[in-house]
Amino acid sequence: MTSNDAVAPTASTPTQPVLRATGVTKRFFGNAVLEDVTLELHPGQVHGLVGENGAGKSTLMKVLAGVHQPDEGSVEIGGETQHFTHPIQAQQAGLSTVFQEFNLLPDRTVAENIYLGREPRRGPLVDTAAMRRATAELLDGLGVTGLDPDRTVRSLSVAEQQIVEIAKAVSYDSRIISMDEPTAALADHEVELLYAIIRRLLDRDVAILYVSHRLKEIFDLCDTITVLKDGQQVTTQPASELDEGALVRLMVGREMSAFFPEPTPGTEVGEPLLTLSGAGNGYVDGIDLTLRAGEIVGLAGLQGSGRTELVESVFGVTPLTRGTLTLDGETTTIGSPRQAIRRGLALITEDRKAKGLALGQSVLDNALGVVRSVFPGRTGDARSGMPGVLSSLEVAARSLDQEVQFLSGGNQQKVVLARWLSVDPRVMLMDEPTRGIDVGAKHAIYELMRGLAADGVGILMVSSELPEVIGMSDRILVMRDGRLAGELPRGATEEDVLALATGAAEHEEIVA
Amino acid sequence: MNALARLRPTQLTSTGIVYLVLVLVLVLGAVITAASGRNFFSGGNISAILTGTSILGFIAIGQTLVILAGSLDLSVPYVASLASLLGGVTMAGQTGNIPLAVVTALGVAALIGLVNGLVVAYLHVHGFIATLGMGLILAGYLGTTYKGSAGSAPRDFRLIGALNIGPVPLSTIIMLGCAVLVILLLRRTRIGHHLYAVGGNKDVARLSGVRTQPPVVLAHVLCSVLAGMAGLLLLARLSVGSPTIGTQGGYDLMSIAAVVLGGTVLAGGKGNILGTLGGVAIFAVMDNVMSVMQLNAFLQDVVRGLVIVIAVAVYARRNADLRPARFERSGAARHTPAPTTAGGAA
Repeated sequence: MTSNDAVAPTASTPTQPVLRATGVTKRFFGNAVLEDVTLELHPGQVHGLVGENGAGKSTLMKVLAGVHQPDEGSVEIGGETQHFTHPIQAQQAGLSTVFQEFNLLPDRTVAENIYLGREPRRGPLVDTAAMRRATAELLDGLGVTGLDPDRTVRSLSVAEQQIVEIAKAVSYDSRIISMDEPTAALADHEVELLYAIIRRLLDRDVAILYVSHRLKEIFDLCDTITVLKDGQQVTTQPASELDEGALVRLMVGREMSAFFPEPTPGTEVGEPLLTLSGAGNGYVDGIDLTLRAGEIVGLAGLQGSGRTELVESVFGVTPLTRGTLTLDGETTTIGSPRQAIRRGLALITEDRKAKGLALGQSVLDNALGVVRSVFPGRTGDARSGMPGVLSSLEVAARSLDQEVQFLSGGNQQKVVLARWLSVDPRVMLMDEPTRGIDVGAKHAIYELMRGLAADGVGILMVSSELPEVIGMSDRILVMRDGRLAGELPRGATEEDVLALATGAAEHEEIVA
Repeated sequence: MNALARLRPTQLTSTGIVYLVLVLVLVLGAVITAASGRNFFSGGNISAILTGTSILGFIAIGQTLVILAGSLDLSVPYVASLASLLGGVTMAGQTGNIPLAVVTALGVAALIGLVNGLVVAYLHVHGFIATLGMGLILAGYLGTTYKGSAGSAPRDFRLIGALNIGPVPLSTIIMLGCAVLVILLLRRTRIGHHLYAVGGNKDVARLSGVRTQPPVVLAHVLCSVLAGMAGLLLLARLSVGSPTIGTQGGYDLMSIAAVVLGGTVLAGGKGNILGTLGGVAIFAVMDNVMSVMQLNAFLQDVVRGLVIVIAVAVYARRNADLRPARFERSGAARHTPAPTTAGGAA
């Protein structure tokens, strides 16, 4: 905050740091995943932490939060050196962490989740009324309205769950809140809500450590940026001295001149592969769309607009019950994922840990999962070809026998892709194909998508990241409330997409 | 619109469903009993049904605690047998020995639960295995130490098993009293809240500053103590302790079945005692009706088995349907129905 600089006694330390980590080193099984990292957090400021997956961001947050103990170096909060052995100690010292995975109990209420571990008591009993009241006040203080403290977390949207998570961190009266990719699961308009909450926190002089893969957010929010690469601290400097290009260069060590690759020369948009007409079921309705060979069609929309439901319906997860589905010119029905796969469809799921991979199984078993179960006769060929497929995708794994849970997000996603490539799909349904993965792996996946399109595969890509939708799609379909709200050609702007997604466009038409 | 959505009948809680089923079973029972010329709602029959609930009730309440905490207790029938023997032998027919006998029986039960809980919580052995092992150890001890029934309950103690207040047996009242205390524990104490948290997701609980071991240990201790109380009640009814009384009742699996029938999720973290009581009551009513019908023992087991499996299948379906449908549901007609095209998917 530049205003603070003006009144600060010295230029180098505008305020007393509320947290100072010095020379933090952390090793797992002898491998240094963090080496000599030093950073300071100041009240009322946002400190951005960026780097590719595996760069050590999450480890650093966990060290600060007391989940891991540093092997070397120290963490000071409020000038006192801390030796946390349990996350609760960090919370008591004023540091709360919003972890990437939702740390909520789905079957408990909002209030029970927020006050878990320190339920207010009257006498020996939990004062549930006070708990509810405190929750309502807390949410109110964050400017959140319409979130009933008695609702179970399971019944909330992803964005609401994220808000509960942040409210929980705030409720510790924390002076420092660190957030690990708080927007990973949010649509763009929900990110605004998060920004508003963060601004309120800054007004209360909270210091925020912010990890995100979305560089726009980093520049929107952060005063200072620290870049990590392979566990090393590349730089820490004021955000004003950096731009997106420079930041990407620091993160990956090379410039991503063309972040979204152009269509591969010679790519031809051919015959319709998949056509839906008047299609619907319990989740989507009145869907008319055509996907042609060699085409990448973006499917945009807000969280909960029915994008995931639409691709899952096409794939037979929740089969369509109305309308017609045409594959290769032939009207047909798809009643299960198995049928879908047999007909040349592939679905890359939104949640790769829950629906995409068997985390405790090996890279090879995961990559062969679909072939084995649907085309057992082709397993031998797929197995012998798999090392080649995996290395062409540049999967970084110790061996084919390594359990996928130990791979980074980007490498896990590449294993998912390898699994589908081994069955040569004609139509690929990709639901958030680059969620939570690092910049380098994202780029590799974009390149792969272009290559698939050149080979005549039709790709329907769901994405919450508007730059991705706009950068990759030949056409963009926008969903709203379970229906298609409209279609946009290549070259559409973020504003165009948002207008359709929120219904603003329709509103204007009515007015006009 | 939101309020409308909340009023939809599909929003019925699982406990609500359990009691709906109980009412259904009651009506069915009344009709069947009336058809064989008897009065289902006679004081004697009500009392018989309630008597049937109390022993399984004690054990199922404890089992609910353990399952909510993410564990399981297979040692309950052996704990019940041991408690009946320890109680009976210590009483030795003397009224003056009752307090000592009760304290001994429940104390040993608590100790067994403590060992179970410590093994599960600190050695990270799953409750299934830990209590299976404990069950085997107790079975071995019971088999070698007691060659048959032993001990004797004095008349005053036998009254607990025989006294009725109106049509309600004293044993049922004690069981319901325990249920109320456990409900209070779960709803209104910190450790009760933490028990749900630990059973729901141990990492979340830990990251929220909850010490994850005490709720698990407490659940096991209480479960064993409640099994011990069931054993003492069996002693009061039979007037002697028996090394096989617990296993004869099949209380390990029946209690788990009652808990699951009551809507508690076997994986832990979700469920409640009221549901379990409903589950126990459904079993008791079913047993009563089946004995009125003079169904043979094999068919009785078949019916019980079917009810359990169907109930869990229904819950599984409900859980799978949690994502709200936008279209096609009668109550959710906030969108105008779209023109449908014939020849669509089946």
